[in-house]
Amino acid sequence: MEQKNKDDWSIVIQPNKGLFNINFREIWSYRDLVLLLVKRDFIAFYKQTILGPLWFAIQPILTTAVYVLLFNKVAHVSTEGVPPILFQMAGITCWMYFSEVLVKTSDTFIANASIFGKVYFPRIVLPLSITMSSMIRLGIQMGLFFLVWAYYYFFTDANIHITWAAALLPVIILLMGLQALGLGIIISSLTSKYRDLKYLLTFGIQLLQFTTTVAIPLSQANGTLRSIFGYHPFTAIIETFRFGFLGSGQFYQDYFTYSVIATFTFLIIGLLIFNKIERTFMDTV
Amino acid sequence: MSEIAISVDKVSKMYRLGEVGTGTLSHDLNRWWHKVKGKEDPYLLLGEENKRDSKDTNSNYVWALKDISFDVEDGQVLGIIGKNGAGKSTLLKLLSRVTAPTTGTIKAKGRIASLLEVGTGFHPELTGKENIFLNGAILGMTRPEIKRKLDEIVDFSGVARYVDTPVKRYSSGMYVRLAFAVAAFLEPEILIVDEVLAVGDAEFQKKCIGRMKDVSEGEGRTVLFVSHNLATIRSLCSHTILMENGRLSYEGDTAVAIEKYMSGNDVGDRKREVSWSGDARPSAPELAVSRIRIVNEKGDDTALLATENEVNVEIEYEVRETIKNLRVMVVLFNVEGIEVFSTSDFYFQNSSRVRTPGKYKSTCHIPSYLLNGGKYVAEIHFEIPSVKNVVSDLSLPFEISELSLNQLGVTMGKYPGGIVHPKLEWSVEQV
Repeated sequence: MEQKNKDDWSIVIQPNKGLFNINFREIWSYRDLVLLLVKRDFIAFYKQTILGPLWFAIQPILTTAVYVLLFNKVAHVSTEGVPPILFQMAGITCWMYFSEVLVKTSDTFIANASIFGKVYFPRIVLPLSITMSSMIRLGIQMGLFFLVWAYYYFFTDANIHITWAAALLPVIILLMGLQALGLGIIISSLTSKYRDLKYLLTFGIQLLQFTTTVAIPLSQANGTLRSIFGYHPFTAIIETFRFGFLGSGQFYQDYFTYSVIATFTFLIIGLLIFNKIERTFMDTV
Repeated sequence: MSEIAISVDKVSKMYRLGEVGTGTLSHDLNRWWHKVKGKEDPYLLLGEENKRDSKDTNSNYVWALKDISFDVEDGQVLGIIGKNGAGKSTLLKLLSRVTAPTTGTIKAKGRIASLLEVGTGFHPELTGKENIFLNGAILGMTRPEIKRKLDEIVDFSGVARYVDTPVKRYSSGMYVRLAFAVAAFLEPEILIVDEVLAVGDAEFQKKCIGRMKDVSEGEGRTVLFVSHNLATIRSLCSHTILMENGRLSYEGDTAVAIEKYMSGNDVGDRKREVSWSGDARPSAPELAVSRIRIVNEKGDDTALLATENEVNVEIEYEVRETIKNLRVMVVLFNVEGIEVFSTSDFYFQNSSRVRTPGKYKSTCHIPSYLLNGGKYVAEIHFEIPSVKNVVSDLSLPFEISELSLNQLGVTMGKYPGGIVHPKLEWSVEQV
């Protein structure tokens, strides 16, 4: 009897799981929960609004207007012949998704402490669901971008053209999501005990935004600015997106490779820390 | 011998007291440094037994649980009893994987679901049905599983008409019923129940108890049940563990565990006594009060009180001048500040109602099976009716912590309703 019992324990609770011991099978078994959380986020957003999901579109429109005014009308930053509205909208659409996922996932442990304190499920389910539910919003904003894009493409003689890089769109979206997710879970793990980093994030995210090519094309950056842009793992993502759909700039293969490597480094480090922290964070949060 | 469903092996859990701040960082760095050098965590040695009222200690670390080991057989309903702070909830937290133990291992077979709190993850904007799916998934059910049980869950909750309405429009009772219904239809191999189920109206509580019985008896599942309600523990559990100060002090037969618990050989227990000496005594020219105690029928002022115990309020005082018509009063208040009764020794003194100087003891005998479980405060007054208050406003709190007999059979609430819970005779006849 004892012998038989030894092997078939389905749950073993120990103080220290190995660092690399991530139970992917268990996470997979909670896929329904991920989908339901995505649905919840979406429904909760538009309930009791008249315009519903349209609200997702208002924010990028207003931000684009401000950026065009600031960077292109006042500061006269060149957009390499592309209509400034399209240029800025492309950058903003990509960045908004990234920053939303980053901000929301970085708060995972603190914001959900009350749920985590009562029931067990793999904690990674929550940041995963945030990454996916933000994709719905991204979809709407992308849709808006393509509407504006179609207007310029078909009804004006603006200098835009599609290149082969447009086919990389799914890869780009995945990269944006995973990069934000990786960074987000690193921050959420580190802030479960010491909150300091949380306050850094608010202005850190603005710093991140202006050290990449959201508003200024890479070709217009020289010297120090250019190397800062180059080190930013998000630069290649925006540049590739613009190159694909606007034909501006070019495809920087080394920057792109760098971005992919950075994304997976963040993600792996994030998963490892998260996996370690999730077991006892309830004691310190 | 049946199979072991849960095996708990030398599990301990240490908590750090105080706030998280810069001081914590230095401890963390020190701990990390020891780990780098391959040494044991220095703070594990500092942990102390968990006694909340002890102040003479240097350490900020306590063992909420220390070296707990026990096995639960498949299909067994295990009761867990102990005073507040004994570690019951910490143990449940470890079992339900909310947090991990500091040392030791817990092994279990099958899915563990806890009813630590119902309604986790309910979103006010979602409809009842949407919340059933979400909550079910959080508790570990798959979508097809929930779909299959949806009708049953809705029936059980009794909110069928509102199932497509956002739950923020629900009354709080409906909300809780729906939440509990989802949890009740989980089909885990191991169910952990805390006494938080003290929710809902009487009819709903009956449903819940029935459901728990089904789960334990009918479906042969393993249940871990934590409660202060000894009557419920007695009726549901054959096997009980008793926890004291983070340690397992007894494991075995429920009757024995309850007896041990009641005899209260806890050192940390506070005596139900106030005493004064010399000039510190509350006094008037006529008399001085030296001691008030609340004891059971054996004269013990530390053992826990259950409803089966007599509660005797002993008042010792010294009469310094001959006094006539004195009455010693006991006014009993419950935790809500409601006066339960007032009584005095007025008719129990000699017929002249004169007390000559000397030492006296007036004892108020509150019979067993009168008070309900709960906290009380006994106020003691010395008065000469319509003349003066001699000494007043002395008080002594006490708690009837266990229910020896529940007249309703079982209730999921900690105690049955009502200010008192007297043992009354009934007769049932067919007419």
